[in-house]
Amino acid sequence: MKTFVYVDHFKGEIQPASWEAIGLGKTLGSVSAVVFGSGVDAVVKTAFEYGADEVFVADDTALEDFRAEPYASTFSALASSQSPDLILFPITARTRELAAMSAVDLNTGVLTDISALEVVDDSLVATRPIYEGKVLEKTVCSGKPVMASIRPRFFPKPEQDASKSGTATIVEVKSDALTNIEGYSASEAAVNLGDAPVIVSGGRGVSNNPSLTPPDGLSEQEAEVWRAHQGFALIGELANVLGGAVGASRAAVDGGYIPYAHQVGQTGKVVTPDLYIACGISGAIQHLVGMRNAKVIVAINKDADAPIFTQARYGVVGDLFKIVPALTAEFKKKLGK
Amino acid sequence: MKIIACIKQVPDSEAKVKAEDGQVTWGESPLVINPFDEYAVEGALLTKEANDGSTVTALCIGPESAKDALKHALAMGADEAVLVSDPALNEIDQVAAARVLAAAIKKIGDADMIVFGRQTLDNGSGLTTAQVARVLGLPMLGLAGQIKVQDGSVTIDRVIEEGRVTVSAKMPVVLSVVQSIGEPRYPSFMGIRKASKANIPVWSLADLDIEAPATVVKRTELMNPPVDETKVEMIEGETPEAIAEALVEKILAEKVL
Repeated sequence: MKTFVYVDHFKGEIQPASWEAIGLGKTLGSVSAVVFGSGVDAVVKTAFEYGADEVFVADDTALEDFRAEPYASTFSALASSQSPDLILFPITARTRELAAMSAVDLNTGVLTDISALEVVDDSLVATRPIYEGKVLEKTVCSGKPVMASIRPRFFPKPEQDASKSGTATIVEVKSDALTNIEGYSASEAAVNLGDAPVIVSGGRGVSNNPSLTPPDGLSEQEAEVWRAHQGFALIGELANVLGGAVGASRAAVDGGYIPYAHQVGQTGKVVTPDLYIACGISGAIQHLVGMRNAKVIVAINKDADAPIFTQARYGVVGDLFKIVPALTAEFKKKLGK
Repeated sequence: MKIIACIKQVPDSEAKVKAEDGQVTWGESPLVINPFDEYAVEGALLTKEANDGSTVTALCIGPESAKDALKHALAMGADEAVLVSDPALNEIDQVAAARVLAAAIKKIGDADMIVFGRQTLDNGSGLTTAQVARVLGLPMLGLAGQIKVQDGSVTIDRVIEEGRVTVSAKMPVVLSVVQSIGEPRYPSFMGIRKASKANIPVWSLADLDIEAPATVVKRTELMNPPVDETKVEMIEGETPEAIAEALVEKILAEKVL
């Protein structure tokens, strides 16, 4: 089988799930990586190192910033001329648009957010979550090529081998842009929950520290948010020691404690870290469907009946404002930081 | 400006959705407007309010019951609503749905802006906005946290994991909105009254003058996620420090760090 893997990057910062896609493609046959952008030699080099048999590159100032239309036109023309059987994308905001448009151009379909891909009677069958993980479906695409986007951290990442190299094939660029990029401002703190190996999350309970006295002159709501910020600072320190990211429940986001980008769950991000520590999260169904595939789940909550404990491997009934700092100190000691 | 807000009807987010006898079921839970699409309607209404003489038309593909979702959009403040309903649309895939929506958008006519939510809670593929834009050949402005209209152009703040990108395009445009657009307004009493009396036209494929578009993506099996049988192990101790020591030991033994 001939598989194309689109290597997604933002200003040269590569989405690691791109390599997981190469690994998946290699289990089925040959893999051609596709790299678009401007000044992307390093991305091309790394694609070879992760096992791409060949790399197609469109390196052009017209592709400097991601814009769906020229990326899709360039990609569709390449796919039409090369006729791969399968095209894999790491799922990101960019590839969702790129794959969507190319599927229209190529008269095929996209199987999105897949967590498994198997060959059954010569046809590719993907498993993907619907109803945000409450139900799973197996799905096939009778169009050609089959296009699929993979969820991060579901497929093994191949070893990088610096001795591998190759010469990339240049792709003709279609510069039919319909939009203009006017500016960019980086996130205050980059939140990449999808790729994080460890996530420490906070919920409504993060604002309930009784031993804190908010500054004078705050309204009740402002005082709640102020308390929550102190609570999330503790969570951030624990995440930091573990090299992880900070997550949040919808209640915490709705309460204005933390930006939406941190939200885990049905209306946020579905995550699969190796370790998920839920602090002060009761465990509404919307949250549980977003994190229950984590390898090890730890729940800290003062309510012993909180539903989060039904999903956890380890639970602590107690005061998160005392437990979390103690955990941070203990991990520092044990991990030698 | 003529604005079209595309919405869908889905089971309520609290619904206990499961697979039963090869079907998706959600018990007695109500069907509601897709929560992300409430933000689309909000974005459309904010744009209408900022641009005198604008109208908002809500558009939905679905069964007759999906009129309730359209009525929610009307109650929020949309001026008109259209339902596209046809038995041939029951099992269509995303590209096919995009082609039908594009045909309906053309029939409504003269749209300056077509607004979608980020994704739906049911299929959740998040492909539709880009596919409608592609079918119509219009610029796609994805994941808008803010929308500004000036001199025939639309500028958005595109909210992605890496930050915010400012993107502009000449109208007409197709865009999707994210939560930072602002909390969807509650329907007013007057809005609800107006919506309850509204006459919502229902268009079939014949009304759109198209055949059912080809569908290539098909479901072959439906499953409930595997139930995690692991029972929680409660960690106890005299002091937070003792609990932390015991818990860290357990976590390190899992070898996930």
